[in-house]
Amino acid sequence: MDESGRFVARHVASLPKSGIRDFFAIVSKMKDAVSLGIGEPDFVTPFHIREAAMNALEKGRTSYTDNRGTLQLREEISRYVAANYGPEYRPDDEILVTIGVSEALDILLRATLNPGDKVLYHEPCYVSYAPSVALCHAEAVPVRTTAADQFALDPAALRAAWRPGCKLLILNFPTNPTGGTADRAKLEEIARFAIEKDLLVASDEIYSELTFEGGHVSIASLPGMRERTVFLHGFSKAFAMTGFRIGYACGPAAVIDGMLKVHQYGIMCASIVSQEAAVEALRNGRDSVLHMRDKYRERRDFIVRRFNELGLACHSPRGAFYAFPSVSGTGLDSMEFARRLLEERKVAMVPGTAFGAAGAGFCRASFSTSYERIHEACERIARFLDDVRRG
Amino acid sequence: MNSVLKLLLEGEALDTAQIGKILGLGPDAVERELAALRSQGVLLGMRPVLNPSFEAERRVRAVIEVKIRPEGLGGFDGIAERISSFEQVESCHLMSGGYDLLVVITADNLYKVAGFVHERLARIEGVQGTSTHFFLRAYKKDGFIVSADGSRRDRPSVSP
Repeated sequence: MDESGRFVARHVASLPKSGIRDFFAIVSKMKDAVSLGIGEPDFVTPFHIREAAMNALEKGRTSYTDNRGTLQLREEISRYVAANYGPEYRPDDEILVTIGVSEALDILLRATLNPGDKVLYHEPCYVSYAPSVALCHAEAVPVRTTAADQFALDPAALRAAWRPGCKLLILNFPTNPTGGTADRAKLEEIARFAIEKDLLVASDEIYSELTFEGGHVSIASLPGMRERTVFLHGFSKAFAMTGFRIGYACGPAAVIDGMLKVHQYGIMCASIVSQEAAVEALRNGRDSVLHMRDKYRERRDFIVRRFNELGLACHSPRGAFYAFPSVSGTGLDSMEFARRLLEERKVAMVPGTAFGAAGAGFCRASFSTSYERIHEACERIARFLDDVRRG
Repeated sequence: MNSVLKLLLEGEALDTAQIGKILGLGPDAVERELAALRSQGVLLGMRPVLNPSFEAERRVRAVIEVKIRPEGLGGFDGIAERISSFEQVESCHLMSGGYDLLVVITADNLYKVAGFVHERLARIEGVQGTSTHFFLRAYKKDGFIVSADGSRRDRPSVSP
């Protein structure tokens, strides 16, 4: 009998496994499954960016870099963020290049949280937020967002969820899995609340370029927020660079310094090849990003229309590449719906509960896939719904 | 751009019913759009793109550079149209540079290509000279990379 589990730390052992893993295990064994479960762009990285990576290798750029990332990349990030989001960050001490937003958020939490601190975040949300907080021996405090609100964070709900000991607020707009966005008025109210309660804000804006309507506003650009916000961003989604694993954090020097300590001992630096590719993405990637954004928008319009025709109530997400239809009309809960749909009609969607309790009654359908697959998936879902309704 | 044409150019193999569902049009409307594109001479046809190695054992392809003398024979157009009318000819373009027409042909074997060049092409009035090159191996075809081991995808089918 394997008793090696006793070596695993209690707070790690008690973390739930990601609900997505189970689905991945089933889908990967199925031959003709159609997956709407893919949480990354279906585009290959634009060629000019891949070429920059190839050039870096050919020139023998294979060393470590500065822990913070190459100065060249930090200068480009500084320009890009100022031009597109507003706030200006010094390349020298206010920007840190990381292994994607995943690392940036992890080291931000580790650099700022003491055991027992509380962290506010809105749910449904990306799968890592609550576990990353738990790994810091801190407490995650969810704030529910709802379909009625198109999953924007309601400032009143945030206020109601607040408790003494809350130190940090994690925001993610547009949101994975709901496509929720926050307009300027809502963000201003959230900003006032953060100032009132002296919260540090971690703003994960990884999907911000993929905002279809209304334009994107970063909370870091609002009055009084730059000094209490860490702006987290990366290249994975907008530039279709998931495999490059490259992102960054911009924020007040003291917080970035704390993050740098965790980063330099744990990671050393991001891959130099990825950093060179990232420079090219920021300098010349705009047209590719707009092209991909337009494609996502067209596919969104299609899948949202089809879901509503099929009787799965679905709001039109203003950003990211996920539709988040309600499945509660079927009488099945999210997990049953997703499991039966996969087993009976071989379509993979991720149950909303994988993104927190607030996702109950919903499933996530990625439209980062071809029209052909989306079309086929919807046909299969139609047949599945007929079966369910017949009992 | 016409929305039906835009979808076709994205290269997904969609039938008219699928295109209709995606664009929110009935299949009839899609058929009408396609017919209009054809009648306007915008859409010449639709064909699958095959891996050239699939038919390489049975067919040969050659590109022929043709020099022509255009005076008094309907000019470049007259000769080019005549060459284009041969069934073997896959494409025919008027070119700038050291020759005038670039002709791509496919045939069963090398001798058939030779026969076409000597007995057909060279006898057309106004054709002054030809230079024939055979295709050996394809690395990219109509925008598709031709890979010996198929395309490899490591992307997980479900991810957060």
